[in-house]
Amino acid sequence: MYQIKSSQRIAPAVWEMDIMAPEVVERALPGQFIILRIDAKGERIPLTIHDTNNKEGTVRIIFQEVGKTTKRLANLHQGDFLKDFLGPLGQPSEIEKFGRVVCVGGGVGTAVIYPEAKALREAGNRVISVLGARSKEFLILEKKMQEVSDELYITTDDGSYGRRGLVTGVLKELLDKDKVDLVVAIGPVPMMKFVSQLTREYGVKTVVSLNPIMVDGTGMCGSCRVRIGEETKFVCVDGPEFDGHQVDFEELTVRNSRFREEEKVALEGHKCHQ
Amino acid sequence: MSSIRQKMPEQDPRKRVHNFSEVTLGYSEEMAISEAERCLNCKKPRCVQGCPVEIDIPGFLSKIKEKNFQEAISLVKEKNNLPAVCGRVCPQETQCEEVCILAKKGESVAIGRLERFVADWEAENGLKSKVKSLKQKNPCLPRVAIVGSGPAGITCAGDLARVGYQATIFESLSEAGGVLRYGIPEFRLPKGVLDRELDYVRGLGVEIKVNMVIGMIKEIDNLLREGYRAVFIGTGAGLPYFMQIPGENLNGVYSANEFLTRINMMKAYLFPEYETPVKVGEKVAVIGAGNVAMDSARCALRLGAKEVSIVYRRSEKEMPARLEEIHHAREEGIEFRLLTVPTRIMGNAGRVEKMECIKMELGEPDESGRRRPLPLQGSEFEMEMDTVVIAIGQGANPLLLSRTPGLKLNRRGYIEVDKEGTASLKGVFAGGDIVTGAATVISAMGAGKRAARAIDRYIKQTT
Repeated sequence: MYQIKSSQRIAPAVWEMDIMAPEVVERALPGQFIILRIDAKGERIPLTIHDTNNKEGTVRIIFQEVGKTTKRLANLHQGDFLKDFLGPLGQPSEIEKFGRVVCVGGGVGTAVIYPEAKALREAGNRVISVLGARSKEFLILEKKMQEVSDELYITTDDGSYGRRGLVTGVLKELLDKDKVDLVVAIGPVPMMKFVSQLTREYGVKTVVSLNPIMVDGTGMCGSCRVRIGEETKFVCVDGPEFDGHQVDFEELTVRNSRFREEEKVALEGHKCHQ
Repeated sequence: MSSIRQKMPEQDPRKRVHNFSEVTLGYSEEMAISEAERCLNCKKPRCVQGCPVEIDIPGFLSKIKEKNFQEAISLVKEKNNLPAVCGRVCPQETQCEEVCILAKKGESVAIGRLERFVADWEAENGLKSKVKSLKQKNPCLPRVAIVGSGPAGITCAGDLARVGYQATIFESLSEAGGVLRYGIPEFRLPKGVLDRELDYVRGLGVEIKVNMVIGMIKEIDNLLREGYRAVFIGTGAGLPYFMQIPGENLNGVYSANEFLTRINMMKAYLFPEYETPVKVGEKVAVIGAGNVAMDSARCALRLGAKEVSIVYRRSEKEMPARLEEIHHAREEGIEFRLLTVPTRIMGNAGRVEKMECIKMELGEPDESGRRRPLPLQGSEFEMEMDTVVIAIGQGANPLLLSRTPGLKLNRRGYIEVDKEGTASLKGVFAGGDIVTGAATVISAMGAGKRAARAIDRYIKQTT
């Protein structure tokens, strides 16, 4: 059993949770993820690690309420327990000195980009961060991202904060203005797709972090397979980060809809119990 | 004496295709006694040699004849930590029962069914076997780490605990049992039976830590440095093969591992009470004809599929599944499309719609000794399909192996060991599918047993 040490809402339907798992903390590196299950009847879901606290032995995850598991998770409180919490899983991010790096975070993807931006900065890169949100109230981690970025740009869809528009607008200006050595883009699939399309035109290496449906997370089932270039890869063990120019985003989008009807059924059941 | 064995009571096929309850119901006391009475009590019992875990078979059968079921199960448990599991899923017909003298002229003694009988009898009658038990964890005992809680790991750990070690199993999934948990369906091996046997192994003093992916949370080397005197690797094969044909990533195509894990471990057949979904639709094809394929096909049927077929490239004779499983699958209405190979899977809007296959004929024997299937030109045809489950076997999962420098692997990527299970790294042993490639529960258990002996010897020599 893994205890929830703190839980708080940081944006509408977005939660930040610290979970006691000292052994995971000891080994976790930026880019890696965990799989959790709330109880014996729950589903296993993967979440990328946002941060770790060595002193407390806690792993911080940030998640958005979308399906039954994340909605149930949001209803748990400090002191409650999760049945399963396993990790770290996946390959860590490639952290080295690239030069000028643009980190693009969309929605809760910002939670995942944070440890990477931090590590890239520590490795001596100039880190320029671009965060996108629907509106001001959905923007998360602005201050934390400020601390690990040399420059920070914010866009909102409705213009309620920062610049109005999409992250790709700012990214294009950055690419036009000066040489960019690496782009790391983490967020909703359409965002990662459009960022990758844009950077391909500029020939700039782009890393994305994928979030397919998983079961075991150890390469045993192949649920998370996705086409990368000419090959099928298992995101859980080969990823979760891949070259954005090689990822088949269409296939990923379709595969993520595998259980859409069942997800609806599960959610309706969830509402009835409340 | 009858040349025919006692028939196993079973659930009616028409009923059982609608539930996940156990298919075979087990012998009554009377049936067990009269079956045991068929044993000739040979002077040189060949059955014992046929048993990878060396059970005193004539001994426990004699106790059944005497109606002393408690003594019978105690004798079995001296050698086998998982009798209720083995009694259900071992291919006795190619082990102990194959060499039974009665098999020459009629049917062998139903050793497996009797093993199950005594194990179930004990569970129902609530007595404890008279085996040496350490009862509780003892921190002063030398420690051994076991990676993987499948049949090999459980057996190795159980045997080590009996002879005075603190055995700790590290399991990557959230529940112990390995393939017995995620692979074999409830209707063949009820999870309650597995839990009971795992409790017994815990009672021997074995500790099981779940959610521990060795290779990620720590490496083999860490375990040795933490004070484990030896490490046994029994992680199973666990890397699903796909066919490498177009359309395999369409929605509705599962590896058998994914399909069975969702159903068995995550209990998707109880969705939405259990939250993990699985979707089968009406028409299901399972590619392959081993036990995993039969399990997948029979699960699909129970989940409401109307037409389920086994698609296999060779003929009936070459099907690797147990005869009993093939028989049960047939009884339940699974169709067998033999000498058939899928060539591509076609979809609409990302979801499976059709599967194109080609007919095969058998040519000369290949390296496996089985006749090689060759495509019949121009025999392509299409089948409408909602779900395709790929059950064509698996390879070595590299997750742990690639993070264990110096561990010698063979050409196929499995761990190289001597016949006792000693690997190339000091203090490291291995057994089960990660050494042999996908095989049977009982051969993995045999390997776990041999490795436990080798580990005991190794630790005594190095102390």
